[in-house]
Amino acid sequence: MSSTSAMATPSPGIGEWLDVNVGLWRLASFMVAAIVAAPLLVLASAWLVPSSELWAHLADTVLLGLIRNTLVLTISVGLGVTVIGTGLAWLTAMCEFPGRRVFDWALMLPLAVPAYVLAFVMIGLLDFSGPVQSWLRGVFGKDVWFPPIRSEGGVILVMVLAFYPYVYMLARAAFLSQGRSMLETGRLFGLSPARSFMRVTLPMARPAIAAGVALALMETLADFGAVSVFNYDTFTTAIYKAWFGFFNLNVAAQLATVLLLFVAVALYAERRLRGDARYHVSLKVARDVPYQLRGGKAVMAFSVSALVVGVAFVIPLIQLALWGLSVAAEEIDARYLRFLGNTLALGALAALVTTIAALLLSYTYRLRPDRITQGAVRTATLGYALPGSVLAVGVMISFVWLDARIASISLHMLDVTVGPLLTGTVVALILAYAVRFLAVAYGPVDSAFERIRPSVLQVARCLGAGNMAILRRISIPMLRTGLVSALLLVFVEVMKEMPATLLLRPFGWTTLATRIFELTSEGEWERAALPAVTLVLAGLIPVVLLVRRTAPR
Amino acid sequence: MKFNLPLLFLIVFATPVAADELVVYSARNEQLIKPLFDAYTAETGTEIKFITDKAGPLLARLKAEGAGTRADLLLTVDAGNLWKAAQDGVLTSVRSNTLDQNIPSHLRDPDGKWFGLSVRARTIVYSTERVKPGELSTYEALAEPQWKGRLCLRTSKKVYNQSLIATMIARHGADATRKVVEGWIANLATSVFSNDTKVMQAIAAGQCDVGIVNTYYFGRLLKKDPKLALALFWPNQDAGGVHVNVSGAGIVRHAKHADAAQKFLEWLSEEKAQRMFADGNLEYPANPNVEAHATVKTWGDFKQDATNLSAAGRLQVEAIKLMDQAGYK
Repeated sequence: MSSTSAMATPSPGIGEWLDVNVGLWRLASFMVAAIVAAPLLVLASAWLVPSSELWAHLADTVLLGLIRNTLVLTISVGLGVTVIGTGLAWLTAMCEFPGRRVFDWALMLPLAVPAYVLAFVMIGLLDFSGPVQSWLRGVFGKDVWFPPIRSEGGVILVMVLAFYPYVYMLARAAFLSQGRSMLETGRLFGLSPARSFMRVTLPMARPAIAAGVALALMETLADFGAVSVFNYDTFTTAIYKAWFGFFNLNVAAQLATVLLLFVAVALYAERRLRGDARYHVSLKVARDVPYQLRGGKAVMAFSVSALVVGVAFVIPLIQLALWGLSVAAEEIDARYLRFLGNTLALGALAALVTTIAALLLSYTYRLRPDRITQGAVRTATLGYALPGSVLAVGVMISFVWLDARIASISLHMLDVTVGPLLTGTVVALILAYAVRFLAVAYGPVDSAFERIRPSVLQVARCLGAGNMAILRRISIPMLRTGLVSALLLVFVEVMKEMPATLLLRPFGWTTLATRIFELTSEGEWERAALPAVTLVLAGLIPVVLLVRRTAPR
Repeated sequence: MKFNLPLLFLIVFATPVAADELVVYSARNEQLIKPLFDAYTAETGTEIKFITDKAGPLLARLKAEGAGTRADLLLTVDAGNLWKAAQDGVLTSVRSNTLDQNIPSHLRDPDGKWFGLSVRARTIVYSTERVKPGELSTYEALAEPQWKGRLCLRTSKKVYNQSLIATMIARHGADATRKVVEGWIANLATSVFSNDTKVMQAIAAGQCDVGIVNTYYFGRLLKKDPKLALALFWPNQDAGGVHVNVSGAGIVRHAKHADAAQKFLEWLSEEKAQRMFADGNLEYPANPNVEAHATVKTWGDFKQDATNLSAAGRLQVEAIKLMDQAGYK
């Protein structure tokens, strides 16, 4: 039986009942936050430089338009991923219809397709010169109308399809752990199924849905690849324009901190709106008897699921495979095994480090949810909203600084000249990934924590369990689903990551993502299909694992 | 046993200083430069280590690393970023008769801080079905009303267009250039594209009739589909010349192997390397005594704009502002 205490009094933190050295955990958490904060501070320090006349130019010409675009994009993608992600999660978690077993995992697959790849494929297929419109003109004459894909609607569509899996994944896990009993409870109080869903099920899943939407929106705000393919001006394209076009990294960093502030305020607002509500439910991951959809409803459920998987995954994959085949002869060779090896190794290592950091933060916050710890957690999870290259430069500058300190210490104290220990090594790269993707790991871990009743930990404590024992024997097993989600999500993200990898990798290191960069930087998109399709297929490994490990048993 | 920490530290972390080694930061991509590095290593035994990235992040890294950098050479795919690197003081002047002889003066920095190594011509492409070459004359003429609804352009965010407008400002001044850009925008058949290939595909599909592209994209597209009804036109042959940019390189101020870097740079300006450098991407050799690839030669000869390319960097900011004001996205 699930129980809820949605209106419980604010928890004083489980640290109250645990005989643990809260201070030590907090210290470790603050260190993690400091590592993330360093590059952010590097960027914020851009404000110390006198303001540039470039701001006046931007304000006079493009600023208003790109703020409008950014808002339209954020709101539309937010609505889109919420509706599609939550709706599909409800269908596959709580209902039964033909094909459900396949869609249950297939709807996760678009996670493996980078947004810029989806954008490029969509435009290639649907623009005026593409095969679809060319065929239509051939059949219906040259004045046939077709909705323009290179448009606001086009870029929103691509981003919704690329990012809804975050919401789908977290909402699905929440629905599964709620089970049907919550909905039944609502019905006992005389609510219709639809109203019971809206009034009970959905609010209960809110932390998970919010975490998913937050990830999708941070990804949207930080995206440069997809909006560039659409030539759609956002805050992020302005950051790059200030940097690469106007040669002004300083204004770029200032713009980036404004973006960051915007994200911080939005996240804060969401938490305030959620208020003190608590969402503890039992951790039962099992399917109750599902709703059997029949007739028209079953057809609808099937069609919508098939359409989403088809457009967001199957079609891009086929297009990539066709392009990949056409260049395979000149592009593929033994190097690809190494690219794949590098990609997987970096992904696995970074996933482990990042998830441990997220666990540490989330647990410390549970021990003592005061303002300082809260601040540390919020800081540590901001990196995800920054455009990749900007964050990469922040990380690079802080590492170069650290390297210089190490070098001067070793020269003066040990009389030894050392080269850079961090910059250009795998260590730097892993840390950079952790800085960037901590939010990705924190979301699932934290929303899993959110659903554990503090009473369980109290009982464990009363039975004499120590801190480590509680973490190892209760928290981690109960958090298993969340931890696995975090590990695999970071794994996929790191595999797709490009800017930090390019800037901080050791000499001569190539991953699949950097290979895509090499080819696309001179516009060789079709040759890039080969590393892209390899990346998508390799990305399927964690995605399929993700679904299987979190599937109801 | 006494634990010798300094020695251990030395063994684990000290950088071995190889005699024959070069470190290159390159914004020109791996498949275009790696063959040259390999050829040079085979010839001279000098090992070349490199990373590739966009010019912006590489320059930020060079500046952050300062005197501690391991980089000897910075390679980019446009003159603007080389100009910026020189401005920021991360490149050093090179005095070399070989380089001065092999690279024409408009394709290198007057102070010898960077040298163009291949030429990228940005020219007019047109539909052979709907346009007669006689109707075309200059970039500026594409702003005239006869091209209304017939022009396709790539985004102003691409540095190639920024350089084109910058050199136009150098020649005509800002006001005249603004009128040209406004005319282009008024003539657009559809919103601007994110790359040159899309511009040419749109022309081939009949969405528009003329556009402005880099020649190697044309070469690459035609190689895949030789039947496309597209051709190149060399504009401004009576005044100014075709706009060119360079892929080039400069020696890093804090280079640990400055002499070796200069030898490599000189080697890159000689015939064998020039061919490899240009042919790998169907570009033009910077060295005028070296012949272009056979495919490239079929597009005909043309007069280059002889404005020194440092203008592209110097006026880039002004060019972007002008395009912003004119509504060129």
